[in-house]
Amino acid sequence: MGEVEVQVIVNGAARSAVVEPRLTLADFLRERCALTGTHLGCEHGVCGACTVLLDGAAVRSCLVLTVQADGRAVTTIEAVASPEGELSVVQEAFRDCHGLQCGFCTPGFVMSVTAFLRDNPDPTDDEIRQGLSGNLCRCTGYQGILAAVRQAAAST
Amino acid sequence: MKPAAFEYHRPASAAESVVLLAELGDEAKVLSGGQSLIPMLSLRLAVFEHLVDIGRLDELEGIEHRDGGLWIGATTTEAAVEHSHEVASSVPLLARATPFVGHFQIRNQGTLGGSVAHADPAAEYPAVALALGATIDALSPRGVRTIAAEEFFTGLWDTALASDELLTGVTFPVWSGRCGFAIQEVARRHGDFAIAGAVVAVELDADDRVRRCGIGLIGLGSTPLRAAAAEAAATGTSAADIDVAELGRVAVADLTAVPSDLHGSSAYRARVGATMVERAWTQAIEEALGG
Repeated sequence: MGEVEVQVIVNGAARSAVVEPRLTLADFLRERCALTGTHLGCEHGVCGACTVLLDGAAVRSCLVLTVQADGRAVTTIEAVASPEGELSVVQEAFRDCHGLQCGFCTPGFVMSVTAFLRDNPDPTDDEIRQGLSGNLCRCTGYQGILAAVRQAAAST
Repeated sequence: MKPAAFEYHRPASAAESVVLLAELGDEAKVLSGGQSLIPMLSLRLAVFEHLVDIGRLDELEGIEHRDGGLWIGATTTEAAVEHSHEVASSVPLLARATPFVGHFQIRNQGTLGGSVAHADPAAEYPAVALALGATIDALSPRGVRTIAAEEFFTGLWDTALASDELLTGVTFPVWSGRCGFAIQEVARRHGDFAIAGAVVAVELDADDRVRRCGIGLIGLGSTPLRAAAAEAAATGTSAADIDVAELGRVAVADLTAVPSDLHGSSAYRARVGATMVERAWTQAIEEALGG
């Protein structure tokens, strides 16, 4: 089966690669770019752990083929904090509000919430719940995550 | 890498895509946003030798008025539909159904054409297409043909599209007059596939009689369904004389293939479906009476 040459801008840096068409963007990021902050849970679009931004829009990277991201810009969890390590408002709110325990789902939540609050900076509680519905967490019981989103919304 | 290996094609036009589809036959599948196809490939519920990616074809993207209806190109994302003022004002039912399509991360990548062509019985867009009487444009090397939504959904994940036909767009009729539209669903988690749901479109005449109506059923069969018996019972009747609970029962009375799984038995789903019809109907009528 033929391999395909792609160019993907990952966290601002252009990367060229030759990939199998069946390689998902999640696997490309983790295995070819060594960006393992993007986590893989279900690998079929249910859990949201692999959420990244594709041309600014939050998507599940396990449901995007690398060839579909050709010529497009991807932002992963690695680019959310400043290069000096200063946490983003969303990350800080997750830490402050105990919005994580084991942390496995957290990169996906942070990416989803970052995009969600950018598009809806002053959400109602119902909108927050809907916005979070595409990400699963098996530790926190979600209340800390809700509090984190409220805090992040209030501080921006 | 979970999907089985395949050849990837990215044709430069819709015309080129259908020539390729004709050449490759049943071994090929069209890739639009991939939000249904990629999970099926990853779970190996589906295996194809070739994927033909139409996701970047600008000619298949857009929302515009055409021939009295609102045409939505196949590769228009669900997020674009959700945020379109044109959709909200001309086809309110489609706008109201969209937030129920997956989660916002899915809608950013998933496309209207992909959802209709995938023809999942639990999906919202096919039910909306049925209720409103939408038409589907299919391009093949032989030209374009238009298929009524009513004739489009032929079996589980199966449609009237031939293997060399490409769904290029869907045209939704603009219902004007004293109309009301509503969607109701029960799902375990917002954005999950509904256990059961219903969409209702209704138009009243000056005497509050139902001039026409469309009722689409979600997740209640092996294909997207239209509740034809309930529609016939309601049409011509005064809105105030319709027994809404009875209408819900009629809507699910002749269903023969209601799914059953760990989320609910067939009987339970049918009862939920009847209640969804009831609620959506009530909501749509209220809007029509107010308008």
